[in-house]
Amino acid sequence: MIDVEKIRNDFPMFANNPGLIYFDSAATSLKPQCVIDAVTRFYTHHTSNVHRGDYDIAALNDRLYDGCRKKVAGFINCDPEEVIYTHNISHSLNQVSLGLAHTLKQGDVVLTSMAEHASDLLPWFALARDHGIRIEYVPTDSQANISVSDFEKAMHEGVRIVALAHVTNVLGSVNPIKEIAEIAHRYGAIVVVDGAQAVPHMKVDVKDLDVDFYGFSAHKMCGPGGVGVLYGKKQLLNDLVPVFEGGDMNARFNKDGEVIYKNPPVRFEAGTPNIEGIIGMGAAIDYLMSIGMDEIEAYEKQLRAYFVEKMKQLDNIELLNPDNASGPITFNAKGVFAQDAAGYLASQNIAVRSGNHCAKILHEITGTDQSIRASLYFYNTKEEVDRFVKAAAEISLENAVGIFF
Amino acid sequence: MENEKSLLADPEVLRELILDHYQYPHNHHLMQDGTFRSVHMASDSCIDDITVQSVIENGVIRDIRFDGVACTISTASTSMMTDLLIGKTIDEAKQIIHEYMNMTDGKPYDEEMLEEAVALKNVYRQANRIKCATIGWKAISQMIEESEEK
Repeated sequence: MIDVEKIRNDFPMFANNPGLIYFDSAATSLKPQCVIDAVTRFYTHHTSNVHRGDYDIAALNDRLYDGCRKKVAGFINCDPEEVIYTHNISHSLNQVSLGLAHTLKQGDVVLTSMAEHASDLLPWFALARDHGIRIEYVPTDSQANISVSDFEKAMHEGVRIVALAHVTNVLGSVNPIKEIAEIAHRYGAIVVVDGAQAVPHMKVDVKDLDVDFYGFSAHKMCGPGGVGVLYGKKQLLNDLVPVFEGGDMNARFNKDGEVIYKNPPVRFEAGTPNIEGIIGMGAAIDYLMSIGMDEIEAYEKQLRAYFVEKMKQLDNIELLNPDNASGPITFNAKGVFAQDAAGYLASQNIAVRSGNHCAKILHEITGTDQSIRASLYFYNTKEEVDRFVKAAAEISLENAVGIFF
Repeated sequence: MENEKSLLADPEVLRELILDHYQYPHNHHLMQDGTFRSVHMASDSCIDDITVQSVIENGVIRDIRFDGVACTISTASTSMMTDLLIGKTIDEAKQIIHEYMNMTDGKPYDEEMLEEAVALKNVYRQANRIKCATIGWKAISQMIEESEEK
């Protein structure tokens, strides 16, 4: 089991913010010293561009930069050539939607759900607007869970793309991606998965899931900001059109505008990349793997179950997802506007997120357009949960306004 | 007057004022008739989403109304704004708005001019809530400007 006190010593944010309860890791995670060091060492010891220099430091960065693909590949079980570096999950999913647009025709259906984050809806909405694609939604239960049988009923010949989160970002429902992919492939549809809330918290095996595209962001898994990943099956990458054209991604071009592109994955990485961020992501993967993804998942599930049980006992709290086993604990305090409640928690040195969490049609499922989201990571403790629950019990309209006096 | 002044210095009273304006907002009912101009204010950083209406005639604010989904600070500050500005001339209203914006920016301001709205004097300390305290005020400012362009 995880030695959480030892782990907390790896994160300087704790020592620098004594008393802070950081329950906002679904928005972005804290960073361990090893990741910070990997990024700063690039600035202090080995700055250079990649794929361009004939000197030792440039060669070192080529090794680190391309070597990180192997780390990602080991982390999610794919081939390094199937790992595309992006800037974040939104970038990853836009690369898929825009890159596949030429394969779609008017009336083709993208099947998704109303529990999705903006990053997995707006790229498809844009295809609906610009290419006449139709959006359809798989029904879910009130905590955003999709059953395999409901998915099977929603599937039909017209569905060309299935776009779903692995774990949803507000209610933490886990979609049965492996079963979904199996059904979708029977219809010849392409399966695109938003793994932003899954990869940081559990072992993900893209081969076992048999998905076609899978994206995630480094900053939610102890890595730096501005770095994401898009996994794509090798045989699909040749048909994917790059969203950006420019430096590094081309092999040759002439004055007539004829371009020979490099092979994937570099074809999708135009311009100087976030080299230090990618090196930092490699350090984050090493760090997570040294702890063990199964250990992280088990620890978080146990802490979450404890948290939910405690929250259930509070009369002033309504939980939106008490029956889900993963992801954030999402709730409202009765009669208190979510931002007012979050303001009160902030006055108690507790960081959470309030509002609609970028899932702006989720209210069609939950019936409320606002909530407070408390999201855990493996560096959170039972003591923090106890303190949080005590503060949550005190959320009232009077206390929420009282913070201004 | 002296008595009222000391009351507005009492944090308990100010807190009650905010709660009262939140739970029972004033002028909290939109009108359908065509004499009202409307401005829809939807915050892009939080879920506050309100509509403010007004009737401005001959340089005087005859009426203000509002409704929508909003937090305590947004609702109370807009409710107080309607109380303060209904019946004022545009010039008077601009003065009050100016003082209010100073207060929510943490700058010196005229307490007397703001009356009950001084309840929001500490909001500036929480940067992410300043938008809440000014959302309705920005709406009426916009309508005042539009009335002057005519």
